[in-house]
Amino acid sequence: MIEIIQLTKKFEQFAAVDNLSFNVEEGEVLGFLGPNGAGKSTTMKVITGFLSPSGGSVTVDGYDITRNPIEAKALIGYLPEGAPSYGDMTTIEFLNFIAEIRGFRGEQKTLRVQHVIKEVVLESVAQQTIETLSKGFKRRVGLAQAIMHDPKVLILDEPTDGLDPNQKHHVRELIKNLAKDKIVIISTHILEEVTAVCSRAIIIADGKIVADGTPSKLESQSKYHHAVSVRLNQEYDLAADLAGVPDIGAVEKEEVNSFVILANNATPIFAQVSEIAQSKQWPVTEFHVNRGQLEDVFRAVTAQTQGGE
Amino acid sequence: MGNLGIIFRRELSSYFATPLAYIFIVIFLITNGIFTFDMGGFYLRGQADLLPFFSFHPWLYLFMVPAIAMTLWADERKTGTIELLLTLPIKLSEAVIGKFLAAWILMGIALALTFPIWITVNYLGDPDNGVIVAGYLGSWFMAGGFLAIGSCMSACTKNSVIAFILTVAICFTFVIMGSPILLNAFPEWVPQFLVDAFTALGFLTHFDSISKGVLDIRDILYFTVFITAWLFASAIVIEMKKAN
Repeated sequence: MIEIIQLTKKFEQFAAVDNLSFNVEEGEVLGFLGPNGAGKSTTMKVITGFLSPSGGSVTVDGYDITRNPIEAKALIGYLPEGAPSYGDMTTIEFLNFIAEIRGFRGEQKTLRVQHVIKEVVLESVAQQTIETLSKGFKRRVGLAQAIMHDPKVLILDEPTDGLDPNQKHHVRELIKNLAKDKIVIISTHILEEVTAVCSRAIIIADGKIVADGTPSKLESQSKYHHAVSVRLNQEYDLAADLAGVPDIGAVEKEEVNSFVILANNATPIFAQVSEIAQSKQWPVTEFHVNRGQLEDVFRAVTAQTQGGE
Repeated sequence: MGNLGIIFRRELSSYFATPLAYIFIVIFLITNGIFTFDMGGFYLRGQADLLPFFSFHPWLYLFMVPAIAMTLWADERKTGTIELLLTLPIKLSEAVIGKFLAAWILMGIALALTFPIWITVNYLGDPDNGVIVAGYLGSWFMAGGFLAIGSCMSACTKNSVIAFILTVAICFTFVIMGSPILLNAFPEWVPQFLVDAFTALGFLTHFDSISKGVLDIRDILYFTVFITAWLFASAIVIEMKKAN
């Protein structure tokens, strides 16, 4: 378990991380969200022991990162932002180096390195120097070193940044497979990724937590939660038919003949809307319920801080 | 093998993975040859020793060692690998010493490859090989001193060119500390013990006696303490500067 208690990190006078407290349990995949400069990377750098906190504490499985850094770091696998690695080494040399530092020797080392190479599909570039690799491969090399020792805690700073859709999918599958009995913390600003892999999401802004919950719980805070999207094949005045129904809120026009009907009081309105549509014989071509978009919630909870800039 | 050894091996092999080590060694050998035979008057002196060879080393190191040292930490910070390295379960001291040792051993290899000069002098005459061994040892320790300064300067900046210039400047100061140019600059009222203390901090004071065959434990101790102090400073600077 990771316990973060009143964590603060100040640079000069500026607090990049401000009194942050949360716990992460085994089996959780935590998505760490926030606008650029919100303190995501700084928080990760403090959790992994790269930067020392200005205040508060980080404890990984009982080991305090400042008092027992070696023990705590041994439990963590970390992919720093941009997946840095030693460019003049070949993939296999680099992974061998990491395996040695992680305490693997002899045949065990060879097996472990072979295993991670297979896991992230690096066979084709094992003998190439890292600086000649494409961005996607470099990212995978970074991922391979992070999972080398099958760590209890996996911390990935923007693991899919700059990858193509296939590679993104692959990395997400990998994270899902790894996650079973581990703690995974991923920072990202790709919101669909959170819905795809995370069991919990924390949104931070200005170094503070502004939202914390499962992705679906966060989605339900969206004004589009339970909203019904309707597309018609000819002009029709929906709003007139819907007026007066208590659970139904505003009707937003998205484009010509395409509308979103919002729900009041976060109640499901699909049945009611569908009944009205049938009785009034709307010229419907598309009709579906929105789950609510994380993006709205993200914008809503971080808007204040963005506006101040 | 401990973490220090693993880091040391990685660093050393990365020197040889690029042309850097080879170019360094070749240039080192050529300049040594020019200095010793051409400018040092190796033959004209008619003496079977390597004094002209060693006496140029401080000036040669002044530019060669900072060239090796400048990337030690500056590159780690520039490419972001410092974040990878320092979040591995290792101590900062292991990284600082491992990297230093790798560069120091590279210097040692370059120095050892000057052995044809030693063979030449043995072929031409009958030198005191004890003095020569002492000279080599002293030279290597002095290179270590330069390198330790370079390690610290490299930790100060992301820019390896700045690290190079800073290292040259500081090394130059330590080289001329014992020389008459600087000593004459002291006004009369400065007490003699202060001037002596100042001189005692310079490289040349210690290196000259070693290269003449006087292997005093105090000279070796001077370089050991000097290297330790600058490496310690490197660790402090890395700790302070890694955030930005």
